[in-house]
Amino acid sequence: MVQGAMIGRGCERALGILTVIGLVIGLYIAFVYAPADAVQGEVQRLMYLHVPLILISYLAFFVVFVASILYLWRRDRQYDAIAHSSVEIGVLFTALSIAVGSIWGRPTWGVWWTWDARLTTTAILLLMFLGYLMLRALVDDPSRGATFCAVLGIIGFLDIPIIHMSVVWWRTLHQPASMLRPGPSTVALNMQVALYANLVAFGLLYAYLLIKRLQIERAREELLRLQMELLG
Amino acid sequence: MTFARRVLAIAWKDLVAEWRDRESLTAMCFFAFLVLFLFNFALGGDQTLIRGAASGLLWLAFAFTSVLGLARSVQGELANDCLDGLLLYPAEREAIFLGKLCGSFSIILLVELISFPIFAVLYNMDIWSQLPKLLLITIPATLGFATAGTLLSTMTVGLRAREAMLPFLLFPMTIPLILAAVRGTEVVLRREAFELAMPWLKLMAAFDLLFLVGSLLTFELLIEE
Amino acid sequence: MASTDGAAGFPGVVPAVEIRGLVKWYGAHPALRGVDLCVGPGEILALFGPNGAGKSTLLRILAGLVRPTAGSVRVAGFEVGKHSDGVRRVIGVLAHGHQLYETLTGRENLQFAATMLGLDRPVDRVAGVLAKVGLEAAADGRVRTFSSGMKRRLALAKLMLREPRVMLLDEPFTNLDLQATKLLEEFLMASKTTGVTTVLATHNVTMGFAVADRMAVLEQGRLVFDARRDEVSRESLRSLFTIQGELWGDE
Repeated sequence: MVQGAMIGRGCERALGILTVIGLVIGLYIAFVYAPADAVQGEVQRLMYLHVPLILISYLAFFVVFVASILYLWRRDRQYDAIAHSSVEIGVLFTALSIAVGSIWGRPTWGVWWTWDARLTTTAILLLMFLGYLMLRALVDDPSRGATFCAVLGIIGFLDIPIIHMSVVWWRTLHQPASMLRPGPSTVALNMQVALYANLVAFGLLYAYLLIKRLQIERAREELLRLQMELLG
Repeated sequence: MTFARRVLAIAWKDLVAEWRDRESLTAMCFFAFLVLFLFNFALGGDQTLIRGAASGLLWLAFAFTSVLGLARSVQGELANDCLDGLLLYPAEREAIFLGKLCGSFSIILLVELISFPIFAVLYNMDIWSQLPKLLLITIPATLGFATAGTLLSTMTVGLRAREAMLPFLLFPMTIPLILAAVRGTEVVLRREAFELAMPWLKLMAAFDLLFLVGSLLTFELLIEE
Repeated sequence: MASTDGAAGFPGVVPAVEIRGLVKWYGAHPALRGVDLCVGPGEILALFGPNGAGKSTLLRILAGLVRPTAGSVRVAGFEVGKHSDGVRRVIGVLAHGHQLYETLTGRENLQFAATMLGLDRPVDRVAGVLAKVGLEAAADGRVRTFSSGMKRRLALAKLMLREPRVMLLDEPFTNLDLQATKLLEEFLMASKTTGVTTVLATHNVTMGFAVADRMAVLEQGRLVFDARRDEVSRESLRSLFTIQGELWGDE
């Protein structure tokens, strides 16, 4: 038991160190190693933050979706804790990604904000999961809040493709998703390296934050259990 | 058979209560009128601008109005512990959800039908010849709104900040419906080929299906304390 | 403490209400902290206790409205939370609120209930219970116009319509006029003879004592007293309250 905890702690520390190293390398590659964009110049380097942040936040919301289903199925608080924590990190990453994108967009497009399809979908996503966090904060009974939010997490996630489709049909003005498109790559090799390096780094950061957040949740659970023992 | 009877009984009692008091109905109609009226000022009275934005304004008015009705529908059950009473019947939870949904859907649709002439007059639109097509857009949009709204107001019903929370949860999720309804209505009002509205109708169908299935599967979990 | 196992008085009989190790927490606040209780068929159990003792929570858990944190509950053999539909078919509840729709008439309320219950011959059944509570004349007026005593009688009629096997009554004696009190008392006694079990939560000691054949006291989420009626005198029950240092009981 104690040994297991020690190993767990060791792994966590290793992950933390790995995350820091990953971020340092990622940012070095992004801001120093990778060449400046021929058209957009230095400001294009923000892409190395913007894209990984948003991709990892999609991952986070997918984790929410899976954890929410598992919670409703198994009724294990652990899954709810994962969903809740993942939403918090996802919301943070989405907000950061939008902010970075906005700074990148100002010199590139000449505006802080534009109603293009992917940007709009991302903003709706942010609003939806902000609602998730607000609802949880407002419901007094934690187990009810967990159920409500699990339903929101599932239906909200399934709603995303519909939202995206509607927004795309509404208006499209964005560079095509060049990373994900099959066929000959249009991105210079060291730019790709910079992007993937940062993707890994932010993925590590997500995992580390999630573990930390879950520990807080576990401590809270333990506190509640002790309280129950004392009063019950 | 008993299932259908229960659904109808719940919808019926909501509609009868509404018909006798006309509390929601009056408030919603007046609100829809007010929003349509006030939007005119936002666009500075420019006729071409107004005609271009008309369907968007119409659906924003409907969206705001629906929230009013949806919030009241579930909230009304809290008086005198009626919601508990409803849940204590040996009735399928799905029947309870569908009953509340039918009630809200009918009331919202009624408000929309009453608002159409007001819209036609205020914005100088000829909608009468297009009414069947307009209904083809309105009904799936309203159904989706009522479904999502009934589901979400079940969550927000007992909360302190419910007036703010319901729209905050509802609007981001129902953006596809609003966009689809606005574009569909534009197609109809501009007398474009109705095929242009088909993708939007399919989108609304997908949305309605997702929320109906999702609600029926999860409603039982939401109502127990 | 006297025996918490009421069914012991009826050996071999399946208890109508069986509560084992019931715990309910609302967040970090305990409402019930380990309650064990059995009520036999045909028994009327009066559950006394100050406000916030957990009486209402206990009844709401029995009705399947609240999910317990721990423990198991069976009503008429159905496990609450698992066979909820079975539970709902056998219980009848009188709650704080009268659970009536004020914009509908008395008769419409009962007809709605009959449809929800899936009763045969609803019109006759509704007319029958209306006659029992003496509301035939007023039945077509809207509930909003009813006096609070009439509303309680209509709620009672709705309870009768269900023909419950287990009745869960939360403060049934408040807001009752004399006629309704008598009606309720008669109904409880008549139900008892047909084997209907009643759990009623109240802080009205006089009324509780008048109808119940078992008394239990719930305090801070624990059962602190449980005895059959012949084992306890009104005075001793009252002295128990004084010992608890609480001035409750609305006499």
